[in-house]
Amino acid sequence: MLQRALQLGLRMLGREWRSGELGVLLLALTVAVGALTGVGFLVNRISQSVALQANEVLAADLRLEASSAPDDRYAREAERRALRTARTTSVLSVVFSGDRNQLANLRAVSGAYPLRGALGVSSTVFGTAQLRATGPKPGEVWPDSKLLAALGVAVGDTVSVGARSFRVSQVLISRPDQGGGFGELAPSLLMNLADLPSTQLLQPGSRASHALLFAGEREAIAEFKPWLERERQRGERLRDVREASPQIQSAIDRAGRFLSLASLVAVLLCAIAVAMSARRYVKRHLDSVALLKTLGASSNFTLTVSLVQLLLIALAAALLGSAFGYVVQSWLVQALQGLLRADLPPPDLVPLALGFLTAVSLLAGFALPPLLQLSRVPAIRVLRRDMGPPPPAVWLAFGPAVAAVTFLVYWVVRDWTFFLIFVAGLALFVVVLAAAGALLVKFAAAMRGTVGVSWRYGVANLSRRRAESIVQIVAFGLGIMILLLLAVVRNDLLTDWRKSLPADLPNFFFINIPPDQREQFFDYLDAEGAKTARALPMIRARLTALNGKPVETLQFADPRGEGYSQRDQNITWQAELGNDNRLVTGRWWTEADHGKPLVSISEEYQQGLGLKIGDRMTFDVAGETIEAEVASVRHIKWDSFQPNFFVVFPPGLLDELAGTWMTSAYFKPGDGGVIAELVRRFPSVSVFDLDDLLAQVRSVIDKAVFAVQSVFVFTLFAGLTVLLAAVQATRDERRYESAMLRTLGASRATVTRGILAEFTALGLLSGLLAATGASIAGYVLAHQVLQVPYAFDLTIWIIGLIGGALLVAMSGWLATRSVLRQPPASSLRGAAP
Amino acid sequence: MTKDIVLEARKLCKQVSSPEGPLTIVDDVDFQVTAGESVAIVGASGAGKSTLLALLAGLDTPTTGSVLLAGEDLTHLDEDGRARLRAARVGFVFQSFHLVPALTALENVMLPLELAGRSDARPVALAALERVGLKGRTGHYPRQLSGGEQQRVAIARAFVTEPAVLFADEPTGNLDTVTGARIADLLFDLNARSHTTLVLVTHDRTLAARCARMWVMEAGRLVPG
Repeated sequence: MLQRALQLGLRMLGREWRSGELGVLLLALTVAVGALTGVGFLVNRISQSVALQANEVLAADLRLEASSAPDDRYAREAERRALRTARTTSVLSVVFSGDRNQLANLRAVSGAYPLRGALGVSSTVFGTAQLRATGPKPGEVWPDSKLLAALGVAVGDTVSVGARSFRVSQVLISRPDQGGGFGELAPSLLMNLADLPSTQLLQPGSRASHALLFAGEREAIAEFKPWLERERQRGERLRDVREASPQIQSAIDRAGRFLSLASLVAVLLCAIAVAMSARRYVKRHLDSVALLKTLGASSNFTLTVSLVQLLLIALAAALLGSAFGYVVQSWLVQALQGLLRADLPPPDLVPLALGFLTAVSLLAGFALPPLLQLSRVPAIRVLRRDMGPPPPAVWLAFGPAVAAVTFLVYWVVRDWTFFLIFVAGLALFVVVLAAAGALLVKFAAAMRGTVGVSWRYGVANLSRRRAESIVQIVAFGLGIMILLLLAVVRNDLLTDWRKSLPADLPNFFFINIPPDQREQFFDYLDAEGAKTARALPMIRARLTALNGKPVETLQFADPRGEGYSQRDQNITWQAELGNDNRLVTGRWWTEADHGKPLVSISEEYQQGLGLKIGDRMTFDVAGETIEAEVASVRHIKWDSFQPNFFVVFPPGLLDELAGTWMTSAYFKPGDGGVIAELVRRFPSVSVFDLDDLLAQVRSVIDKAVFAVQSVFVFTLFAGLTVLLAAVQATRDERRYESAMLRTLGASRATVTRGILAEFTALGLLSGLLAATGASIAGYVLAHQVLQVPYAFDLTIWIIGLIGGALLVAMSGWLATRSVLRQPPASSLRGAAP
Repeated sequence: MTKDIVLEARKLCKQVSSPEGPLTIVDDVDFQVTAGESVAIVGASGAGKSTLLALLAGLDTPTTGSVLLAGEDLTHLDEDGRARLRAARVGFVFQSFHLVPALTALENVMLPLELAGRSDARPVALAALERVGLKGRTGHYPRQLSGGEQQRVAIARAFVTEPAVLFADEPTGNLDTVTGARIADLLFDLNARSHTTLVLVTHDRTLAARCARMWVMEAGRLVPG
């Protein structure tokens, strides 16, 4: 039986294709899959580009750090896997120039360094950076501005490092891997690794730190990482971007959420279009199935035939759509070459799989229930046209659709909170739309006596096709809402997001401010017109025990925990919770708590060490042991660029301990001279220039903004397909009706006005509901997902109402125009509804 | 004797619910048709003719009573069982032709053969179309054919499986007099040649008169005409 059904299904499909029956469904699905895979491909490439950019903060994709030079076999294995490698060695030493000297961090780098990102150099101290792909040549060194300012040296002068002299050929302004951390307090100097032996600085027992850098194809890195993880020796530490820079990671996470939101929009639009097309497909096949049954086909047979047909349509749409998506995406990347990285990696095939999966699950969710209904059409329909299939069980009508949407939404967002908010909001909106639709239909029926003939006909149609009208209101409403929502997200939220990184964000960090120079230092900053952020004390400490157990004896599931427990930690005390901090659990201290042994920790720290409120932490602070109880956990917005600490104590506990202060401030570009003067006046203060890091974060955000905007084009296209599908759904019926009305003497203008009236009414209500839904969804998104402020905007309602009415009326008119052009007889013949 | 009876209705009743209470459409019908016979069921609009036809062909189920078609009690078969029986033994011609709009004339005629799993569907269907005089229009879609031509395709499709019983529901109802007469000629001619039993439902007494026997349907009851 199956074979026969397959054969017949195939044959019927071919025949229907030739007769043009399948065109609309195939088009709707193809556009839907095309939009989704197009979005997928683009998002995939952009996120790869963003990830590459992020890797620049490591100057590599992977980094192995150790206190002794890493074994050569790591590099050999990496090269065997076609990865690029570079080495760096850092050692603290004094740099001399004449009678001046300054302790500096010497960084010797191999020729290939940096593997990702570029070095910024200038010919003057604190000057504007120009990019260089590699480090200094042998015989040359690039000291940074702080070192040159301290030594009073300029480009072209000579400095002595260990047993050798070097010419200063450039001022080092930025390194990609300088990061946002403060591990290196001393000024730094970049030199060629080949020169290091001749300085004779590296003696047995000297304290140097070594890094082996790796970069290459994403897959190759992904395969190499576990190998390195297994092979590395004790004391060798593997770093990737996640822990290298929390600021960049925070921007990437947000970008990811934005992009998944955009993909979701496409998924939903596809779902609506498919649902509408499937309904139409089924409606048009009622007679054929009834006839097949009359001619002796069983229910299973007709079902199999329909399934085969639908599956083949899905397959064709998935193939065509994915190809279409790929082409459009390549074109976009071409067109936007200046904006994206030149070495953008090719997209992987994941979006293709997603396209297939989407086509199949959308069809299964939205087309299977009506198909199952189709197989239940009674054969007697051949004699009595009014006999349709029995109404389906509720779970069968909605279950698969809900399951398909749920699956796809989760697949895209992979975040339970976002997912639950999204699905609940969507379900609520569909119910409200349906209820409002039902109300409108009722209201329309009541007012039909009060309007002219066109409107009466149009509005009467709304109430006569009750179920159809409600479905259309839901489809139009959802489609318009999603488009409006995207507009809200695109304009308001993106602007707000950019605003959250204002131009005067602190771009310099100052640490090691001695307590006795603190007032002078801040006076100096004020006098120079710098915008200063909060100042916090900074104290070195080491975590020694958790809940009374020494950390050496503890195992941490999270690799970050191991790092936190082994490294020295900067801690602080603070009375107020900063506005860039949010309490996750526990409570912030009141004045009464000051001096009590309490501690507040960051979310990263809490996850890394697996801590909970009430756990006891023991620190060694300058030889003194302090035990404190975890009172709160904070979520830190790292991209505020304010001083922030993983571990914060209340005031009154550490006040007596020796420590220094830190702050951050904004200086206008070109204030290099001020900074140089500051370094001279406060020699013990360490200065960190964050402009480069800030530029990296801004660039990630700009890419995300661009991505969302490109995706908007795709979704707009998908949205229009939905409108088309919704209008197409009742096209056959309209064809018949308008022919009948014209036969009865109605002019074409009257019929057109009736159709316009119906669609305008539909569009107005859908637009109103959509604007309301978009505003609420925008608010929730802004607060829950993107964490930016949101302002309600009346224009959304105006655009929703007018746009909805115009758009729906226009598509209605366009889709039915051909109907009106045909002579009534040709529409009536063989085209009964 | 029983062997020759190809279609039999026993105390057949069909009731439907309506806002005014249960409505009896077919009321206690007893009826026999022997093999090769042609029978007409006439009656006014709404007398229940089409419902009776649907019950006899197994397209609908009776409220009480039974139908025996080609020796099988339809009331003992489920929907798929009835479908199988129709595929093997029954042909249909409808007032509104009921051709599949997406299929060509030839494909429409091939359809029942394909459903029965026959590999020679194409030549057999071509021959059937030739018999109804449509050899030149096999590649046309229904919308490209006139009403008379569409009904010819429907007749070709009905006879192509050589059914034991052919049900015709107002086969000339949608056609003008001249075309209707030609279609009727074709129908009776093919019926006579293929020894098919014909059950014809019509309100047209002239057409009914061409059948060997005539029954009249009045308010759900069947009386010999």
